[in-house]
Amino acid sequence: MSGPRRSLLTPLFQATPRRGWIAFGVVATLAFVVVPLLHLVVPAGHVFHLSDYTVALAGKLACYALVAVALDLVWGQAGILSLGHGLFFALGGYCFGMYLMRAIGHDGVYQSDLPDFMVFLDWKRYPWYWTGTEHAAWALVLVVLVPGLLAFVFGWFAFRSRIRGVYLSIITQALTYAAMLLFFRNETGFGGNNGFTDFKRIFGFPVAAPGTRVALFAASVAVLLATLLLCRWLVTSRFGRVLRAIRDGESRVRCLGYDPLWYKLFAWTLSAVICGVAGALYVPQVGIINPSEMSTANSIEIAIWVAVGGRGTLVGAVIGALVVNLAKSWFTVAFPTLWLFFLGLIFVAVTLFLPDGLVGLATRLRARRRVPARASGSGAGATAAVPGAGTANGTGSGKEVVA
Amino acid sequence: MRPVSITIAVLMALALAPPASALDASLVKRLVADDSDEKIAAIHALSLAATPEAAALLQALSEERVLAAGDRLLVTQGDTLRDAATGQVVSPAPEGAEAPTLNNRVRRELEGSLAALRVFDPDRRVRLAAAKLLGEAASPELAPLIERALAKEADPAVKELLTLADAQARLRSDDPKARLAAVQALGEAATPNVKTILTGLLDPAAEVDAGVRAAAQVSLVAIERRLLLADVVSRVFSGLSLGSILLLAALGLAITYGIMGVINMAHGELLMVGAYSGYAVQVWFRNHFPAAQDWYVVAALPVAFAAAFTAGVIMERLVIRFLYKRPLESLLATWGLSLVLIQAARVVFGAQNVQVANPSWLSGGIAVLPNAVLPWNRIIIIAFSMGVLLITWLLLSRTRLGMFVRAVTQNRGMAGAVGVPTGRVDTLAFGLGAGIAGLGGLALSQISNVGPDMGQLYIVDSFMVVVLGGVGQLAGAVLAAAGLGVFAKFLEGMTGAVIAKILVLAFIIVFIQKRPQGLFALKGRFVES
Repeated sequence: MSGPRRSLLTPLFQATPRRGWIAFGVVATLAFVVVPLLHLVVPAGHVFHLSDYTVALAGKLACYALVAVALDLVWGQAGILSLGHGLFFALGGYCFGMYLMRAIGHDGVYQSDLPDFMVFLDWKRYPWYWTGTEHAAWALVLVVLVPGLLAFVFGWFAFRSRIRGVYLSIITQALTYAAMLLFFRNETGFGGNNGFTDFKRIFGFPVAAPGTRVALFAASVAVLLATLLLCRWLVTSRFGRVLRAIRDGESRVRCLGYDPLWYKLFAWTLSAVICGVAGALYVPQVGIINPSEMSTANSIEIAIWVAVGGRGTLVGAVIGALVVNLAKSWFTVAFPTLWLFFLGLIFVAVTLFLPDGLVGLATRLRARRRVPARASGSGAGATAAVPGAGTANGTGSGKEVVA
Repeated sequence: MRPVSITIAVLMALALAPPASALDASLVKRLVADDSDEKIAAIHALSLAATPEAAALLQALSEERVLAAGDRLLVTQGDTLRDAATGQVVSPAPEGAEAPTLNNRVRRELEGSLAALRVFDPDRRVRLAAAKLLGEAASPELAPLIERALAKEADPAVKELLTLADAQARLRSDDPKARLAAVQALGEAATPNVKTILTGLLDPAAEVDAGVRAAAQVSLVAIERRLLLADVVSRVFSGLSLGSILLLAALGLAITYGIMGVINMAHGELLMVGAYSGYAVQVWFRNHFPAAQDWYVVAALPVAFAAAFTAGVIMERLVIRFLYKRPLESLLATWGLSLVLIQAARVVFGAQNVQVANPSWLSGGIAVLPNAVLPWNRIIIIAFSMGVLLITWLLLSRTRLGMFVRAVTQNRGMAGAVGVPTGRVDTLAFGLGAGIAGLGGLALSQISNVGPDMGQLYIVDSFMVVVLGGVGQLAGAVLAAAGLGVFAKFLEGMTGAVIAKILVLAFIIVFIQKRPQGLFALKGRFVES
């Protein structure tokens, strides 16, 4: 029943409820107007002033949310649970970190042309792979290229051999573990244990200045919102439906004449690129990148953000990343010894009791409230109680069945 | 200098050397001679005699407690003066008594001789130091003494140094025949040090005699071959040792993942539970049975198994049984459990590594080749892993429980229908896998650090073993563990430990692409997902 002039974007607009666009607008206003005002214009010490710490934390959370969305794209939609997304994240961070290191110039401890750690190793020249990283543009190209290429090659081999499920999870874990060992070596040329730190400026602006901080935060949120739109569009398109079909029955999809390889590979590579971009945004805001970002524990934590929020919902990934990381920030200060117990129990509880995450829980609660309302026949009251719920149902899931 | 131990050494030497009542007066006379050659000859003669008196005199000489008066030699001992030859007290000191002049050459010979006497010391460290010194300072005349020491030396390290010193002493000889014999004797050795010496001899500037040079070449080839052999032997052994550790770590996983299909990310923490039970038993033994301290490891075996078994059963009952149909979720849930276990270990035992002592019967080793010593603890761990493997295999293939486990693996519904209590079998099988992990952890505690994070080190490796070996296959796990161990150790020799590890992981990733079902695939037809 598609009309004559049905644009590619139509499914996106049809599938996204008005509530979603409102939330989108609210987040954008907060990030691009409210936070800059509160941080830059409201004087320090004022009740409404946002401290450096808060802005940096918010920026960090936006990057984490971005990674979570990337993982949700492959896990929630294509059923590929990657335990190696920390690797792509760190690679993006390292690629941009190379530019940041070179932007230090002669302001390092040794006032040398080379970064301090290379002086320490008694190196005289940059290794070949550092070529061109003094240009921010090339570094940004690398941010996309390196994780993307690695993911493409790895994914091509893995998906072609039809490695799936837990096998793939374990192999991605081995991949990030091997990379971590590699980056821990000083000879690899990425600063060994300490990684990159002590950045001074970015694009010519001092990296710790309030203006830069706000700009980086706003950029992170902008990328996050853009990624959400992109992923949402992909998910609501034909491509997304094939992806979910692969998740639910790969053999059947193959029998229907689709080659799952290219669908999975595209989602996988895109996901890795998003992670790389998140890493690149993360590094200047946190001020450090080191190989511990590639540890297996970090990558599994990303999976739990997605699981807490709700798999396959994209927005859930953002919510999960925010909830878990805010809890972590609070717990590690208030009850440092209890944090791991709590995190561990989240893992267990979410998988046992909340298989659809917080978003799934909310949907279930809303459905429970609507059913008695409908039964009593007072439709107006129910719509008022849950504004937008009806529209979401009508245009979203309903269309998906028809189209 | 250690006068006390030297005295003991000399007393020991006395037992062997022919009894000599006193010092030969003529030797003493030659010591006071003006000619350095005479003095050196006397020093050599004295040290070859190896009597307590001779040793005491040489010691006194090196400590400059000696006075020469005419052709008599007087030794000061505290306030008294004694005649070196007769041992009688001389009082008062004769006129014109003065310290004999010792030039550097004489001093060097004196040091060499004293070292040669010290190689009879009962203290191993003294002998080791003396033998090391001898290699640098021994003159050809001392060779007979060194050979005598060699004959009664039992310690391999000292023996090796002594052999070296003996040959080096004879290599300093002026007689080309003696040097030739020494070079040929060195060909029997198998140490890198000898190789260095012989390589030096190939230079015509260092060795004038062409025959000796040719013999050195021959000896060198022989040594290189033997060194290579020793190298290969020790590498294969350490590879097998690493493999047995991997096997212990992976065997439990081969049951829980391989047979039951549960991704247990907390498997490493079950190893940790086993290791900490070993620690707890050790502490308990120290407090209650200090005498039986050495045997705590044996007592810890059932404790480690029981502790990990219990942990496994609790995990299975509370969490894992609800996730059998959802492997990806069970991965996350068990990871959560691992975090809880790690934090629990930190709270109970502290965040630092704990000290787990090696019992004395696990230290030391056997030398299969002079350069390849196989440590006992590694041998025992290899044997232990074989034993655990055997028991596991028997349990799975020869017992009723094993049959049930295999039945549930093959067809859960059918097994249930014919009366297999599938729920209880799952619990027991998971507990069994966990208990084996506990035993593995106890073995690990003997050779590596025991700390809250220790499990994390092995989890990736264990999964690699199981994946490489092929899911559901004990034989595959064994072959994969041994192969990975040996492969890693040989790579380590070429590239260093970290790169070797990365290469091994890369190899597994590539291997899985080629053979996704592992080394040993289950036979039969399977429907994908």
